[in-house]
Amino acid sequence: MEKMKVDFDRCKGCGLCVDACPKGIVKMRDEKLNKEGYITAVCVNQEDCIACALCAVMCPDCVITITK
Amino acid sequence: MPDFKRPNALLDVQTHYCPGCTHGIIHRLVAEVIDDMGIEGETIGVCPVGCSVLEYNYFACDMMQASHGRSPAVATGIKRANPDKFVFTYQGDGDLAAIGTAETVHAAARGENITIIFVNNTTYGMTGGQMAPTTLPGQVTQTSPYGRNTNTDGFPVKVCEMLSTLDGVAYAERVMVADPKSVNQAKKAIRKGFEVQKNKQGFSIIEVLSTCPTNWGISPQKAIERLKSEMVPYYPLGVFKDCSVRNKE
Amino acid sequence: MDINMSERVLMKGNEALAEAAIRAGCRCYFGYPITPQTEIAAYMARRLPKINGVFLQAESEIGAINMVYGCAGSGARCMTSSSSPGISLKAEGISYLAGADLPCVIVNIQRGGPGLGTIQPSQADYWQATRAIGHGDLRIPVFAPATVQEMVDLTTKAFEVAEKYRTPVMILADGFLGQMMEPMSFSGEDKSGKREEPFAWGAFGHGNKRKKNIVNSLYLKPEALEAQIEERFKRYKQIKEKESTAVCGEQAETAEIIVVAYGCTARTAQAAVHKAQDEGLKVELFRPVTLWPFPEKQLKDACKNAKTVLVTEMSKGQMVDDVKLALECKIPVEFFGRTGGIVPEPDEILQKIKEMVVN
Repeated sequence: MEKMKVDFDRCKGCGLCVDACPKGIVKMRDEKLNKEGYITAVCVNQEDCIACALCAVMCPDCVITITK
Repeated sequence: MPDFKRPNALLDVQTHYCPGCTHGIIHRLVAEVIDDMGIEGETIGVCPVGCSVLEYNYFACDMMQASHGRSPAVATGIKRANPDKFVFTYQGDGDLAAIGTAETVHAAARGENITIIFVNNTTYGMTGGQMAPTTLPGQVTQTSPYGRNTNTDGFPVKVCEMLSTLDGVAYAERVMVADPKSVNQAKKAIRKGFEVQKNKQGFSIIEVLSTCPTNWGISPQKAIERLKSEMVPYYPLGVFKDCSVRNKE
Repeated sequence: MDINMSERVLMKGNEALAEAAIRAGCRCYFGYPITPQTEIAAYMARRLPKINGVFLQAESEIGAINMVYGCAGSGARCMTSSSSPGISLKAEGISYLAGADLPCVIVNIQRGGPGLGTIQPSQADYWQATRAIGHGDLRIPVFAPATVQEMVDLTTKAFEVAEKYRTPVMILADGFLGQMMEPMSFSGEDKSGKREEPFAWGAFGHGNKRKKNIVNSLYLKPEALEAQIEERFKRYKQIKEKESTAVCGEQAETAEIIVVAYGCTARTAQAAVHKAQDEGLKVELFRPVTLWPFPEKQLKDACKNAKTVLVTEMSKGQMVDDVKLALECKIPVEFFGRTGGIVPEPDEILQKIKEMVVN
């Protein structure tokens, strides 16, 4: 199961979550734009995710859900 | 059940804010506090004029839209008629510290039992980045193209410092939303503001140092850096006034 | 204050108006001191706390009108009062109140302008009240009392109309009416101190029982704003059809000259008309009670057989346009007025009437 999940269509690609992640596993995905034309954030290694939610705490658009 | 999700008091809609704008974080914190205290049904929010003018579409509680700068007066009218309800305003620096200075100062002086969330990003965001009352000396904006010149443009207004001299103010704290730790502190401060209101202790203001990557013309990451390196030295964080214990006795 | 409902008592205009507002159920008052209306605020300050109401002296007129916006927006009955320069400051708030469809009563005890003008009575805010009370496509009903009794009756009516049509309503009186004492009585239901449920559309906390309410005047989509304004103008049309009021003397049918005056000036005009009638002149008085909507039909009927019309005011003739429009410019309209805070004397008006007869 995905511990860190980004709402692809609503992410505005600001990248504040990337800096917040202590594990360095949140990256910007630039190969695919969402319907608004933004690049979006994605967790590239769900196994290493510790569900600390620091990425979600910094997300201005409330598009990250964390499930332990 | 997810362990971190959107609070119920923040409606499930896309905001109009620019990428990386910290308004969204502050909205979420206010909504989380409303959820945590279980007061959505008893809360009335007042929107300002500025970037957050449309926040009546975002919060789940009853909302009222005020004219530019008048939110504290509007909130006063609501609160006096409904003394047992929670009333908060959410205002930017132009709204609160320029056009609405009189309304702000006098609501504070009266000890109006409301909570003000004051978002300071040193610029007028909605109109495209003009000089605000909180614009830092030397800061380039659309209307200070050579940098804010204190000889002609005067000095920034330090709102928490100014208001904390008033006896009506029960709680004044300046926080920032620059990293997870400071965001958590900001939430505690907002919670404190609402608690002060709940205990009918008087006026509370939480000043949140915020970013405006679009009008500052830098990336969201660089904007956070600027917030920490330039704004915090001028606008020190901390509690400027806390009469919540004294008033309670 | 203990006043028997039917008892006739002597009261100052401003205080009678304030008491009438309280009896109409107004529980919240927000104001700022300005001559010659301050007695309203002072009366409210004494009376409202005793009935669990709210009196608040704001930091400015702007503050006061925005408190009214917040209070009315939360679904409570409220009012403010001021005098001419203060009303100019309230203009912003009145536009927002109209834009958010909020009922409230705004009292203007007029003094002379422009600028600081004078503290003496005046009727020079007619244009402001009926045409330019704030920016945008809006109208507000304007009631013009001529006696202390009408200060009472029209205040009661103002709250009814405000709530029925969801609009701010203005009482447009003057320093004379505000300051004078006359015998009057209160009638109708006394709602003072009764705590009523807030209006259902108000933002007073949804209590998890209903959908959230938003009080707002912002519409980013032009079509949405146009639709809202169209809906509002339908209400304005109903107000025009149902609420326009005037008082006309009995001899209008045979009168050759109709004198049109409102408020305090209607009283001196009445004295002039009586003198003229005593001298055998065919003259009658027509007094608009609502200035917007202007009693067009009533005036037209009153002027059926008139040869000329005389408008008299404490201004440079601000009502003349409305009279001409009502009469479709079919009857010559003349004007006599004093301004700067001077009330036209009956003899001055009589002389003007006589000049018109000769010509």
